[in-house]
Amino acid sequence: MSELNISNMTCPLPLNDHPRIKMAHGGGGRMMQRLIEELFFAAFDNPALRSGHDGAVLELPEGRPVMTTDSYVVRPLFFPGGDIGALAVHGTVNDLAMCGARPLYLSTSFILEEGLETETLWRVVQSMRAAASATGVQIVTGDTKVVERGHGDGIYINTTGVGVIENETQIRPGRIKKDDLIIVSGDIGRHGMAVMGAREELAFTPPIESDCAPLWNTVADMLDAEIDIHCLRDATRGGLCAVLNELAQSSGLQFDVVENDIPLAANVRGACEVLGLDALQVACEGRFVAIVPKSDAARALEMMRAQNDSAAVIGRVTDGEAGLVTLQTPIGGRRILDMPAGELLPRIC
Amino acid sequence: MKYIDEYRDPELAQKYAAAIAKVVTRPWTIMEVCGGQTHAIVRFGIQELLPDTVELVHGPGCPVCVTPLEMVDKAIEIAMRDEVIFCSFGDMLRVPGSKKDLLTVRAEGGDVRTVYTPLDTLKIATDNPDKQVVFFAVGFETTAPANAMAVHRAKEKGLGNFSVLASHVLVPPAIEAILSSPDNRVQGFLAAGHVCAVMGTAAYTPLAEKYQVPIVVTGFEPLDILQGIYRCLRQLEEGRSHVENQYQRAVRDIGNVSAQALIRKVFRVVERKWRGIGEIPESGWALSDAYADFDAERRFGLADIEVEEAQNCISGLVLQGLKKPADCPAFGKQCTPDQPLGATMVSGEGACAAYYRYRKDELYE
Repeated sequence: MSELNISNMTCPLPLNDHPRIKMAHGGGGRMMQRLIEELFFAAFDNPALRSGHDGAVLELPEGRPVMTTDSYVVRPLFFPGGDIGALAVHGTVNDLAMCGARPLYLSTSFILEEGLETETLWRVVQSMRAAASATGVQIVTGDTKVVERGHGDGIYINTTGVGVIENETQIRPGRIKKDDLIIVSGDIGRHGMAVMGAREELAFTPPIESDCAPLWNTVADMLDAEIDIHCLRDATRGGLCAVLNELAQSSGLQFDVVENDIPLAANVRGACEVLGLDALQVACEGRFVAIVPKSDAARALEMMRAQNDSAAVIGRVTDGEAGLVTLQTPIGGRRILDMPAGELLPRIC
Repeated sequence: MKYIDEYRDPELAQKYAAAIAKVVTRPWTIMEVCGGQTHAIVRFGIQELLPDTVELVHGPGCPVCVTPLEMVDKAIEIAMRDEVIFCSFGDMLRVPGSKKDLLTVRAEGGDVRTVYTPLDTLKIATDNPDKQVVFFAVGFETTAPANAMAVHRAKEKGLGNFSVLASHVLVPPAIEAILSSPDNRVQGFLAAGHVCAVMGTAAYTPLAEKYQVPIVVTGFEPLDILQGIYRCLRQLEEGRSHVENQYQRAVRDIGNVSAQALIRKVFRVVERKWRGIGEIPESGWALSDAYADFDAERRFGLADIEVEEAQNCISGLVLQGLKKPADCPAFGKQCTPDQPLGATMVSGEGACAAYYRYRKDELYE
């Protein structure tokens, strides 16, 4: 994922002067200027950013521009398999990819909590730089604010992304049709369990790593192969369950999925069983659902498996009841797969 | 996955379904006592594998559901205090009190935390000596040993800033309350396997004899439940009423003796109010006199309160197996997992929430 080894680099800011972020780092004066130049410019270096203008003037290749935005809050900031910086790049880039757009540019806004270790910010920024470089996007404009200690969780990041759809492809829920197949790009639930494990200090064996990863390369391969993708949606909060329900609702069709066909790593499954959580509702950060016509499904699956060999066809679209998702259970029963209620709460026993 | 997949084998499930269909000659009503079993029944679609003449009714074994409204209100009152860190198992946080729930208290600035074991709470108390740390000790016999251990250790360590709001409930008195009700429809029981893993099976024999009902101690995986149902039906068809142990891989007849000894030391048996059912004699555990210093009700000087349940919620009748969730006019309308009116809509183990999540298609039929 990352092509830069950041472990041997050191923070360019004079840590002895400012080992922690102060209110003045967001105050618009000299300290903010130094933070921007020595930390952000140094990491994200590109001409649009260096121009130091109020906004970035962009060159866009031919095609239909796509824009998306997302904000990132996660505790702890670093977790097995990723951190808030990688998340903030991948998450927004993945939303562009789900529209079939090649990701090109990102803006990034930081809300920092007074007292945050500058070294921590630097590690997050290096992680963003590695993620952006691996995905081929440039971070071209940004903003920094500092809030008083106790008013934030260290770092909040917002990123806005711009990309371009370079061909005539139409990827949207309205194109989902009866008899389409539903494919998931890899095993589910890793990110949510990795973060929960890190936050609650639960020692899973073997450890669960987040699936946090960029999805554009897989989508680009599928587009290059002229697969007639009807719809894509990345599974984030609410997990696979939320994606299936959203797409069933917006397409006005019924989705029938088979629980035994849904890929799930043994450690994630075990952790969910122990905590009484439904893995289908647990967050992912590097998985998506592709809905494709039956005739293209085998080729699509092959391309998804080239990136992640646990990708699988998990169900099909029917013209049953609009917006309904049903699940065939492991023992052969069938039930509704409902939209998650909200906060995941472990059961008592 | 070992210890899971072998109990979810679809072919074996079909074989048990066929065996059940063969043994049944007339209608029977069986109650699964534990909310974990209710959850598995709806999650795996077990009712679909049974003949129409076998009705499963969902018992009162969901700790979130039966914790009385007064106790939830007391928890909220404590959690709202500035000096308190209030710790609870996750799904208690969404249980509606008479005015709000614990998640709302957290949103309003209260320090309300989810813990996975009560022992975590001791660490929080040690790390925050200037705070009062309170644990909401709810649950059946299953959660009691760990809760008792937390209180016992707190006493050993002399942790003066730790206390528990104890609202433990016991299964056998609840079964007796259901059986002795004039409206009772239940003819056989699947007893809660994990409760028996702690307490053993002895308490169920007098119930089976007195009320002439078969009681099968049952596990929580689909095949456990199908086998439990099969054994219960076979007894019913043969006119027998014994205690059988389907869940032998976890339950010994004597239970967990050292856990029982700790429970006897830390808790004493008391009358307990069950949400939706009412007072049941000798149906709960409160802290014993030796550990009374750790009683949060005493520490915070909470007065006894009496509050009214929402008028249009029938969770009490659902908990006794007298009504199904879909019989409630509010089900899926005013009452959903996002806006629960009663506790049975809160936990995944609650019958109403389980039906809402997995079976609301029945409403459309």
